[in-house]
Amino acid sequence: MAEAATLSRSEGAGGLSVRRFLTVVGSCVLVLAAVLLIAPLIGDQGLSLRGILSSGSTERDILVLVRLPRILFGALVGGALAVAGVLFQALLRNSLATPFTLGISSGSSLGAVIAIWLGLDVAFLGLPVILFAFAGALLTVVLVFFIARSSGGLPTFTLLLAGVTLNFIFGALVLFFHYSSNFAQSYMMTTWMMGSLNVVGYTPWVVAVPMVLLAFAIVMVMSSKLNLLAAGEDWASTRGVNVHRLKMSSYFIGSILTGAVTAFSGPIGFVGLVVPHTLRMIAGPDHRILVPGSFFLGAAFLVLCDTAARTLLSPTELPVGVITALLGGPFFIALLKRKPGELW
Amino acid sequence: MTAASVYRIQDLRFAYARTPVLNDISTSILVGDFVALVGPNGAGKSTFLKILAGLNRRYTGTVEFDGVSLAKVTAHDLARRVAFVPQETHVVFPFSVNQMVLMGRAPHQPASLFDSGIDIERAEYAMRLTDTLDLSKKPFTALSGGERQRVVLASALAQDPEVLLLDEPTVYLDLKHQIHFYDIVERLNLDHRMTIVSVTHDVNLAARYARRMIAMRAGRFVADGVPESVLTPEHLYEIFEVSVSVFKRTDGRGSYIIPV
Repeated sequence: MAEAATLSRSEGAGGLSVRRFLTVVGSCVLVLAAVLLIAPLIGDQGLSLRGILSSGSTERDILVLVRLPRILFGALVGGALAVAGVLFQALLRNSLATPFTLGISSGSSLGAVIAIWLGLDVAFLGLPVILFAFAGALLTVVLVFFIARSSGGLPTFTLLLAGVTLNFIFGALVLFFHYSSNFAQSYMMTTWMMGSLNVVGYTPWVVAVPMVLLAFAIVMVMSSKLNLLAAGEDWASTRGVNVHRLKMSSYFIGSILTGAVTAFSGPIGFVGLVVPHTLRMIAGPDHRILVPGSFFLGAAFLVLCDTAARTLLSPTELPVGVITALLGGPFFIALLKRKPGELW
Repeated sequence: MTAASVYRIQDLRFAYARTPVLNDISTSILVGDFVALVGPNGAGKSTFLKILAGLNRRYTGTVEFDGVSLAKVTAHDLARRVAFVPQETHVVFPFSVNQMVLMGRAPHQPASLFDSGIDIERAEYAMRLTDTLDLSKKPFTALSGGERQRVVLASALAQDPEVLLLDEPTVYLDLKHQIHFYDIVERLNLDHRMTIVSVTHDVNLAARYARRMIAMRAGRFVADGVPESVLTPEHLYEIFEVSVSVFKRTDGRGSYIIPV
């Protein structure tokens, strides 16, 4: 009886209870689990249970060597991009911010395009391209930071302007290299910039997992402070948050998450926008729920989109970015049409 | 000289892009006082208040909070004792009212993910004081100006502050809500000995509630004392460049002014 009273009390005052946290985040985990179970079974080649279980069979090879690496990698990219989206939206206090708003996609595209232009791609879209793309992303992150930094800190508006400007400059450079390359290179550049989760083996996953999980853990610790930052800088500061430090961490962690996965996958849009929005609509803007929920839901969403991308027009493959945008675009329009003051 | 000072300020100066905003201000703010800062636009009132709130740390001179230089007090330590209510609060994300109020508990929370029973109790108490309990589930973004300002006050009170800094908190409120807002603040001052520093344009409202009135003009204090001593036609002409008549209130609560 007393326990029931406490529960209803905490509901009334709206505190984040363990029960609510587990309900929402647990549901997101269940969605991801379901997607991870089903996605490997869908594809060109039908898989039977007996085929999977017998060692050395083609079906087993398809599952273990082709589909699982791609699915696990897609989950990681989706989770990372969704969390990065949450971070940039809180940092810029703009629900339309994405992981690529501050120029990271153009930076990594420029890196990848230069690597291809230089003829460094010994294997198709191999290691040099990944390294160059990551270097391009890091260069952008550092440049935007130094342009936006002022004596007073990291003003949000300047940050946005610096990011958008670099986006233009790097976009122009990408066009220049694209224009001055041959047909084969041009094809590779286009393919890279469309984004793809078609990885070979588990190496990209193993490399990116520790980085993404570490970043995720740090963001979880920051999550209640992100609520205060999202409500306003003075609001946060007068409630004890070291705003400058929090903005710096959000900026760099969000950027590195984005840069790390984009180096492998190329830019994949809409995940970082749509997933946090959907969750905000369902569960409210509390970052203690939004951060973990977006991580799992982002993973599920991208694996689902990629499954569609590789099967819809099989045996041809659609770029996964096309699917995320085709699913994300209409959602975005619905978002713009919403009535002001609605609880999203 | 028996009352202790919360703030001790010596030779405070601040310039914005080389234009001086505050000139050589020296004063003390005593524990439990109710101070109103009045003056025309651009007099430096809000700048002064933001320095007290720790939001502007690029001043010169000395500002001591409870005997310690404010420059050495972290945002976290200050927020456990000082709360700030701005003119307006715009929030992009649709946080609910109770989430906004519970955010006031942040300086008292350890690095835990969940709100404790004490946090919820203090938030509810603050919401009861400000008459916002009924709004608790509504999105803050959907409230009227008067409701928002009461919620922001509730969030400030959830901090359990000793000092409450108000920056023109009632400027966008109608008359009823202005009075309601200051009635709550007055009760906190009288019943809980909370120190209040409030910036306002509304001289009459300030005179009605404050025990000390400071008039500012061009970054300086031009008058400082009990409201009756500040509200003279001469002072007011010097401050606002407007001729006024000063009247005694019939209820004995100080004076009020009417432009001639």
